[in-house]
Amino acid sequence: MENTNETYVLKMDNIAKEYSGNRVLKGVNLHIRPGEIHALMGENGAGKSTLMNILFGMPVIHSTGGYEGTIQVDGQDVVIDTPLKAMELGIGMVHQEFMLIPGFSVTENIKVGREISTPNLVSRIFGRSMESLDFEQMAKDAKKALKTIGLQIEEYVKVAGLPVGYMQFIEIARELDKTGIKILVFDEPTAVLTESEADRLLEAMRVISSHGIAIIFITHRLDEVMAVADGMTILRDGEFVARKEIKDTNVVEIAELMIGRKVEKLLDDDLPDNRVISEDEIAVSLRDYRVEMPGERVKGVDLDIRRGEIFGIGGLAGQGKLGIPNGIMGLYKATGHVKINGQELNLDKLGDALNHKVAFVSEDRRGVGLLLDESIEQNIVFSAMQTNDKFLKKIAWMKLYDAAAAKVHAEQMVKTLDIRCTGIRQAAGRLSGGNQQKVCLARALTLEPEVLFVSEPTRGIDIGAKKLVLEYLAKLNRETGMTVIIVSSELVELRSISDRIAIVSDGKLACILKPDDSDANFGLAMSGAWKGGEANA
Amino acid sequence: MRNPLKPLVDKFGLPRVIIVSFFLLLVVAAGGFQMNLMQLLSDCVRRWGMFGILALAMVPAVQCGIGLNFGISMGIVGGLLGGLIVIQLNVAQNPSLVAISPLLAAWVAVLLAILIGVVLAIGIGYLYGQLLNRVKGSEMTVTTYVGFSIIAFMNILWMLLPFSNGELIWPNAGKGLRNTISLAASFSGVMNNTLAFKIGALTVPTGLLLFFFLICFLIWLFMRSKTGIAMSAAGANPMFAKAAGINVNKMRLIGTTLSTVLAAVGILVYAQGFGFMQLYNGPMMMGFTSVAAVLIGGASPKRASITHVLIGTFLFQGILALGLPVANQFIPESNLSEVMRLIISNGIIIYALTQAKGGDSRE
Repeated sequence: MENTNETYVLKMDNIAKEYSGNRVLKGVNLHIRPGEIHALMGENGAGKSTLMNILFGMPVIHSTGGYEGTIQVDGQDVVIDTPLKAMELGIGMVHQEFMLIPGFSVTENIKVGREISTPNLVSRIFGRSMESLDFEQMAKDAKKALKTIGLQIEEYVKVAGLPVGYMQFIEIARELDKTGIKILVFDEPTAVLTESEADRLLEAMRVISSHGIAIIFITHRLDEVMAVADGMTILRDGEFVARKEIKDTNVVEIAELMIGRKVEKLLDDDLPDNRVISEDEIAVSLRDYRVEMPGERVKGVDLDIRRGEIFGIGGLAGQGKLGIPNGIMGLYKATGHVKINGQELNLDKLGDALNHKVAFVSEDRRGVGLLLDESIEQNIVFSAMQTNDKFLKKIAWMKLYDAAAAKVHAEQMVKTLDIRCTGIRQAAGRLSGGNQQKVCLARALTLEPEVLFVSEPTRGIDIGAKKLVLEYLAKLNRETGMTVIIVSSELVELRSISDRIAIVSDGKLACILKPDDSDANFGLAMSGAWKGGEANA
Repeated sequence: MRNPLKPLVDKFGLPRVIIVSFFLLLVVAAGGFQMNLMQLLSDCVRRWGMFGILALAMVPAVQCGIGLNFGISMGIVGGLLGGLIVIQLNVAQNPSLVAISPLLAAWVAVLLAILIGVVLAIGIGYLYGQLLNRVKGSEMTVTTYVGFSIIAFMNILWMLLPFSNGELIWPNAGKGLRNTISLAASFSGVMNNTLAFKIGALTVPTGLLLFFFLICFLIWLFMRSKTGIAMSAAGANPMFAKAAGINVNKMRLIGTTLSTVLAAVGILVYAQGFGFMQLYNGPMMMGFTSVAAVLIGGASPKRASITHVLIGTFLFQGILALGLPVANQFIPESNLSEVMRLIISNGIIIYALTQAKGGDSRE
């Protein structure tokens, strides 16, 4: 479907990038016509940000050995090795986190770094940096840029205190004000906006593209893509999947292309499965459950997890799946009703979940999961000691650490989970990622939980350790009947181990799917385009 | 060439290697000057016991996460008040106690002073801890200034408090407390002299050391208890502790209070060995001395142990005890030793602070 006669404002061909031996981009093409709104789609880790970093000549690319492939702007071969070069070529970016100075006015924010100045007496002696600012001309420019995107705001107000939606528009106005801008990149611009703000933003994007400026639109939201985009490129695991014209495709096809079927067997099928899972025995029940976890907000989830099942919670990053276990464990403020085995949990009381035999393996291993400077032994026995008074011996009125019992237990855990270490005295921070994860798991298991939350169990660990961790979780579930809830952004992983998978999108439950449901269903649910229907699979 | 030594140096830490070498150099120099080495070493041991508990006050503070507690003067003030009350009440001169034994009377006096000091320090430490829980991230700066402020505040109170015992108040005007209060009539040297014995010229202040080790042992026990371990975890990684259902603020409060209490005990042990209680600006720099001592022992603003206290206090006080006479041999009638004390204590504090990763421990 490649039309060689067409002119492209940007052509990136066969782009490949390696980070210390790990190929994150494997020959990706991105072709953009002038004035086109082009959606760039893919799951987390598909390579979208790396591709954009290359386009902007970010130092992170060049300090790690550069990239392969060619970039053409307006048919000319270019080498973009600094962000400044990208700017000169007319490539602009609207950041997800706003790069604005709160104490400055709208005009000043738009014009910062590119002020219009006129010479005066002092500047004739001391040079350009002493020239006086032409505020009138600057205000005029700012007004013009604001008008282009249809933002009704006085250019002299201070940015501090403006609604989030306005800030986004000021960012855009700043990029538009740069003369010669040809390509504007929007990195998930609607993630922080309300619905009506998002609608206005999409409208503004149409206006900008009608001025002949091409837009690269990075988003997870299929409905937005369908609404504004002309064409799209889909990446998956660093590979180029397809370039499609929106008019030739539909939501289901896009969703399928995004998810794809990855053949990666993470679990052997030969585990005997004689569990009896009943709809009446609910291990974890959530009602109107909300968590204030920054970046992973949960906005009202109703969910029932049956006793003895392996339940997966999936969804894209930032959609709130991580907030669910963190809120239950009391790490972030949570409201609503949570019942563990029928008993109501007091969400305001720290450690109440632990008392209800719930254990948690955090996604943030080094930050939350481990005492990095302490020994493996300490890390394994700590929670059980604090919650269940284990590994303590009573001497007179004091409860003292029982080093002998802890040692026996830690050594046994090291053996069971095959933690590779020099001994149980080794500091946990010195272990590899996979072994650290096993230590976290060992600590959770030492609590002898009935419900185990495992958050991103395989993040940052190699494939061998990954398989071992997942197999061990499945074995635990089959043999002890422990309810295991796995929160993960890796769909393959969830689909290979879970009995049911809940997809969280925008802080809410999109649907519950079966592992063998179609790729399209998963893709739709994750992109916020699920329209209900078979919600209780 | 020096490779075989390198791992040893790494393990022991370069600053301590330097300090130990310096200490040994002083010993050699003292011997070279034909000084009474045994007497100097007795002095080292005596100062070790006297300052030890003040340095020990750093352990719970660092372990609970507030960092080095420059504000131990909060606790010192409590201890001083305890001492003042005991002198005011003439406990050591109580006829029925003296009748049994003067030593017993002195012990009762010092223990009662410690008891009162501890009670006051618990209250002060609790409030102090509440304050520190509200300024997370900049505790060390705050402790420094709180430490200075309490001194200034107490300077006013020392003038106003209604003490009336002639041992305490200014002899001429009869109003306000003296700068330096002699403990000769109360509990001066009570710990140092109890069970003290001599090996040649080396005096061993048995009672003092036993008391010091007893307190160390109690803290060691505490650090191995359920609460102590939880407190260390809260200091090392607050999020980790929270995930294990531990109330981090409560643990910090316990650590701060314990540190303040130890400071109160420490100043009384110090005062009885010194023979005087110093009010007003006397305890102003005690925080710095104690911080320097544990740091020399190998502690960091994130980790401190009782071993660090034992090693650090001995080295730091040893250098001071040996330094003054040796320096006087080099340059008579100079205050080189005082200069040296300042350089060592402030230098080691700066060194340790540059080694610490600021604020959050997450890399």
